[in-house]
Amino acid sequence: MPSYEIEIILNRQLADCLSIPVFITDTQGNLIFYNEPAEELLGKRFEDTGEMPVEVWGTIFTPMDDSSTIIPPEELPLVKTLKDCYPHHKTFWIKSIKGNKEKISVTAYPIIGRENKFLGAVAIFWKTKYNEN
Amino acid sequence: MKINLWGVRGSIPTTAPQNQFYGGQTSSMLVTEDDDLLVLDAGSGIQSFNNKDISTNKRVDVLLTHLHLDHIQGLGFFKPLFMPDLEVHIWGPSSTQSLHSRISRYLSPPLFPVLVRDLPCKLNLHEIGNSSFEIGHFNIHSTYVIHPGPTLGFRVKGKESVLTYIPDHEPALGRSGINKDKKWISGFDIALDADLLYHDGQYTDQEYTTKRGWGHSCFSDVLQFAAITGTKHLLIGHHDPAHTDSQLTEMQAALKEKHSFNFDCEFAVEGKQFELP
Repeated sequence: MPSYEIEIILNRQLADCLSIPVFITDTQGNLIFYNEPAEELLGKRFEDTGEMPVEVWGTIFTPMDDSSTIIPPEELPLVKTLKDCYPHHKTFWIKSIKGNKEKISVTAYPIIGRENKFLGAVAIFWKTKYNEN
Repeated sequence: MKINLWGVRGSIPTTAPQNQFYGGQTSSMLVTEDDDLLVLDAGSGIQSFNNKDISTNKRVDVLLTHLHLDHIQGLGFFKPLFMPDLEVHIWGPSSTQSLHSRISRYLSPPLFPVLVRDLPCKLNLHEIGNSSFEIGHFNIHSTYVIHPGPTLGFRVKGKESVLTYIPDHEPALGRSGINKDKKWISGFDIALDADLLYHDGQYTDQEYTTKRGWGHSCFSDVLQFAAITGTKHLLIGHHDPAHTDSQLTEMQAALKEKHSFNFDCEFAVEGKQFELP
């Protein structure tokens, strides 16, 4: 497989240096990288799982609104970004792999490369405690 | 394929007596095979082209990795641009502004007296990115690599052999250096199994600790990059202008003593010629 475009590589390098969970996907939503803080949320290590198809990682979290109603995928920021190539943001609850319920904010943005090509997307998960600080 | 190194110095030309052996001209090299010729980068070293007889050539191609001054400062003194019957093709990285506009920043007053539009040659500008194209029988693949601003590396395939040219490159940028997974290495595809790899090695490992993010590599990272990509012969170039001949010679010796590698490795020397099969 050819190497990733430089814009994707640079996003991974940035993610590697951040203390907030960052997920990077290809244009189809397949998870091609997640950083150490994201490993805590997923309950998995990137070194162990490698890349994950969208249908596998997309079901790890259970996104819910304030009334515990499950949010359909098409309303999630990353799914919207992958669909329309615009940034999206939303605050909601997730039930993690360990069964913990956490309120988070997710910011997703598209990676539009130098040649105006859509290369993938990044989702940053902000635990609400960050916002409260 | 013949390769002439015309400029192997990084950042700024240096004429100091203690830099005469490795040379003080900035990035430029000539690649020829049969009647085809390519100039890679237009640093001050491109002046060597002016001594070349091109009376039988109808066109000249210049491939620019990027538009930092040490890679274009020779353009204004490049004779083909002033030859009315000659086609000059300049290939450079695409960006949000046109290549014409970016080159014009340098080739216009007050920095230079002649405007691009007034150059007498038949000038053709080509914007490239992650591209494949042919010039004569050279097959060229360009790809963006890690360096501040849009910057390309080139893979030039001739009849039998492959030259990879990445004079400004920091593939180890990030928290943990060069990634072990080849998919995540900047420039990997264009350097894979190259017969000759000309690569940035501006800093010692010690210097690099204070210059991360400046867009250049230290020696041990270049060696690692060359080993991972399976290059056969590594030329370390883009020498720091502060490194004297004696220092570079000592650094090269120390590198060979400290590291073992299964490819040829040497520091680039201005004026040296290589012939690939």
